[in-house]
Amino acid sequence: MSLTSLGASEIRSLVAAKEVKAEEVVRAFLEQIERRELEVAAFLSVEGEKALEQAKALDRKKDKGCLAGVPIAVKDNILIKGMRATCGSRILENYVAPYSASAVEKLAAEDAIFIGKTNLDEFAMGSSTENSAFFVTRNPWDLSRVPGGSSGGSAAAVAAGEAAAALGSDTGGSVRQPAAFCGVVGLKPTYGRVSRYGLVAYASSLDQIGPLTKTVEDCALLTQVISGPDGRDSTLADRPVPDFSKEMKEKLGPFKAAHLKEKLIEKIDPEVKNIYWKTLNSLQDLGGELIEMDFPSWEYALPCYYIIAPSEASSNLARYDGVRYGYRHPEYSNLREMYLKTRTSGFGEEVKRRILLGTFALSSGYYDAYYLKAGRTRQLVSREFDRAFAEVDYIVTPTAPEPAFPVGAKKDPIAMYLSDMFTVSANLAGCPAISVPCGWSREGLPVGLQVIGNHFQEGRLFQLAFLLEKKVKFGNNRNIINWKEER
Amino acid sequence: MDPQKYETVIGLEVHAQLRTKTKLFCGCSTEFGKTPNTLTCPVCLGLPGALPVLNAAAAEMAVKLALAVHARINPRSQFSRKNYFYPDLPKGYQITQYHHPIAEEGWLRIDGSGRPKIIGIERINLEEDAGKSIHDGLPDSSEKTSLDFNRSGVPLLEIVGRPDLSSASEAAEFLQLLRATLQYLEICDGNMEEGSLRCDANLSLKEKGSSTMGVKTEIKNLNSFRFLQKALDYEAERQAAEIAAGRPIRQETRLWDPVRNRTWPMRSKEEAHDYRYFPEPDLPLLVLDENFMERAKASLPELPQEKVERLIETYRIPAYDANLMAQSRGLADYFERTAALLENPKAASNWIMREVLQYLHGQRIDIGQFPIPAERLADLIRRVDDGTLTLTAAKDIVFPKMIAGGKEASAIVVEEGLGQIADEEALKKTAREIVAANPGPLKQYREGKRQVFGFFVGLMMKETKGRANAPLAHKILKEILDGDKGSS
Repeated sequence: MSLTSLGASEIRSLVAAKEVKAEEVVRAFLEQIERRELEVAAFLSVEGEKALEQAKALDRKKDKGCLAGVPIAVKDNILIKGMRATCGSRILENYVAPYSASAVEKLAAEDAIFIGKTNLDEFAMGSSTENSAFFVTRNPWDLSRVPGGSSGGSAAAVAAGEAAAALGSDTGGSVRQPAAFCGVVGLKPTYGRVSRYGLVAYASSLDQIGPLTKTVEDCALLTQVISGPDGRDSTLADRPVPDFSKEMKEKLGPFKAAHLKEKLIEKIDPEVKNIYWKTLNSLQDLGGELIEMDFPSWEYALPCYYIIAPSEASSNLARYDGVRYGYRHPEYSNLREMYLKTRTSGFGEEVKRRILLGTFALSSGYYDAYYLKAGRTRQLVSREFDRAFAEVDYIVTPTAPEPAFPVGAKKDPIAMYLSDMFTVSANLAGCPAISVPCGWSREGLPVGLQVIGNHFQEGRLFQLAFLLEKKVKFGNNRNIINWKEER
Repeated sequence: MDPQKYETVIGLEVHAQLRTKTKLFCGCSTEFGKTPNTLTCPVCLGLPGALPVLNAAAAEMAVKLALAVHARINPRSQFSRKNYFYPDLPKGYQITQYHHPIAEEGWLRIDGSGRPKIIGIERINLEEDAGKSIHDGLPDSSEKTSLDFNRSGVPLLEIVGRPDLSSASEAAEFLQLLRATLQYLEICDGNMEEGSLRCDANLSLKEKGSSTMGVKTEIKNLNSFRFLQKALDYEAERQAAEIAAGRPIRQETRLWDPVRNRTWPMRSKEEAHDYRYFPEPDLPLLVLDENFMERAKASLPELPQEKVERLIETYRIPAYDANLMAQSRGLADYFERTAALLENPKAASNWIMREVLQYLHGQRIDIGQFPIPAERLADLIRRVDDGTLTLTAAKDIVFPKMIAGGKEASAIVVEEGLGQIADEEALKKTAREIVAANPGPLKQYREGKRQVFGFFVGLMMKETKGRANAPLAHKILKEILDGDKGSS
């Protein structure tokens, strides 16, 4: 078994026991990148030399952290000091981060090794990683298909064994949907669990950094490390972080899970629906009582998201104006022209579309009808979740309405937006949600189950996901590429 | 402008820089005048990924002002983003308050030249300052605008006054009082030149007795009390002339030009920004609990109006004097320390109003930098009061020397031989010599031209270098001029 088929927990155990050197681990992953990257194209930058230096230093170190020697890929909208942070955009093409994100610092403090920065939809706006200004990342399970998005590079890197684990960011499903498409585990933590300091903002009230891992155990481990107060993000909850790895292994007694009423899933891919039903049966086997629930405002969540997120984005992206850093158009005769040309040529189509949407929604005369109304809808979604969690422990849905789709298949932005139909609600309500692989389509594409929990109940999510992972025997899917090659 | 026909309606919008050690949303220093772009960090530079964390000291200062101006404090206030593009605005938005400011509905009472008037304060917003665009003064200023972000993120209070002011002088008085209040609270240094206190005004005219408001213009760049008054006077005249000429007033922003003494249009209503305000998602609601309010309340000092009233009561000085003394805490303290040593406190306020303030204004310094300690000024005043030093000598010779040399009055009196001459015989001798040397004026006097008396007094003072005891000199001169005819 090769090192690159291992997950974070296994690697750190080997490194801690000095069975393997961190340097060997890093070299193995760099070789895997060498092998796979031409096809998968998960990374915007690979930091091989830095990673090897880090590994060598770590091998000399006495007391090693709980992620010692684990090569981690980081989405390129999360800052690592001294490394580029393009956000998949021309406008930040040569931007080098002058400081590290809190989550990155926390990983570094536990001796994780940063192996490179991964591709994404520009500024995390998209569901396929096709909106990257640089290139399209491919799904390791089927190179003609997308890895999902916007954290597609991170998901693909983990699935292809190019990284032991990865960080992504999730604003409307951007960790969970690519996790589902690439057959890995992905968590969007509770809003306020993980510091956003150093995550380049897309929609501030929805963004959360989350891990993408090979196993639920790894997911719990990384979440543990990156969670908690840092004094730099005012929206961070001031509450202790439980021992997720321990909670994950606690015995799960009888539980209640709400599943979506038929009408909410009637339009989805029949195979996905089928796998969803089968997985619900597995949940029953695990001691779950399933309750069909109607969420009357579920269908409004997506339109609501597409008002709130672009509104915040229109403001968050105003700083990319060519004045102080990043790209500036070379020809202009006055300030206004400099702004116009810089932003017109620096941003891609989808980003501009959302900036315009958001600018419109916040304009005087439209604010009440759009932004304010979307805010009220968001409260409705939240309240429905509150009501549900008064009754059940989990809400379970398919992560995405279909398996990974072919590159170029979704030309219509609305069709692309629908990819987030099951994931945006958790962002609107601020609840934690995990995507766990739960089956394969006939074409051999992974399908994920989304488990949503109540605020700060990540531990409960890991408990169920851990059992489900064992039940469907998807977990520890060693090197899935090898698995595919074996088939 | 025809004051019979129109009333002027003025409202002020004031921006006060708070004297916190660090910026509103990051730990950078707020110090003024440092090398450009040395007091910056990812947060105040608006770098990707940076997030704001509120400086609680700024909130406490805002609450102090709110309490001082009797405003209603919102226990839960909210920050909003004001979106616009400008090179010195690094995030492309300013974090300010909009829907739920920290305080609303306050007021200050101005003296109004003896007709006290309540001036409303609509709201107080806590917000961040922008950086500074430097268009000239640098070697490459002809081709480039330079940016300094040291000021970016410095906390400001935006104080929006109601249009309750009806003249430029009322506006100036309101601003003076607001400035004094901020200074008393030690939350803003009130320095208009350095821009730590900035003022915009809006002005409209309405027909006397009418309830319909006229179209208002907003005037910017009013960075001194003098400019504020001149600009408002100018703008009122301009609007009246426009109306008289049958031209409508355009709702617009105008800029005061202190060189040409006029206002110029800057942008019209149509060109006004749509700021697309929305709640700042990076900051939770600002919740002020009871403890916080109580602490702020307990830390409030005596405020300008309270001080004026107490000075009048305690020292029996006129309201005019008290208002002047209370313009700053330092000056009022100086007055009180001086007055406490004197039997006649009014003499202290006289000296401070004239000699001291004149000197301070001339030197552009404040009372803290005034070289004469209060005890020594009191000593000087006492010498005049008890007749051992003439007022003229005290003002013209001793006072300037005390400032220049840092010596006590007694030493200067000795050095300059300034002890007052109250020796009747000596004065008589001088008077006789003067009268004898001026037969012409003496004749005129005796023919009834009594105003010539002043001429002799002047000579008397000149001869004695101002040391003659004035009442005594008067008495002696009169005796000689009136009754000396035959007797001598």
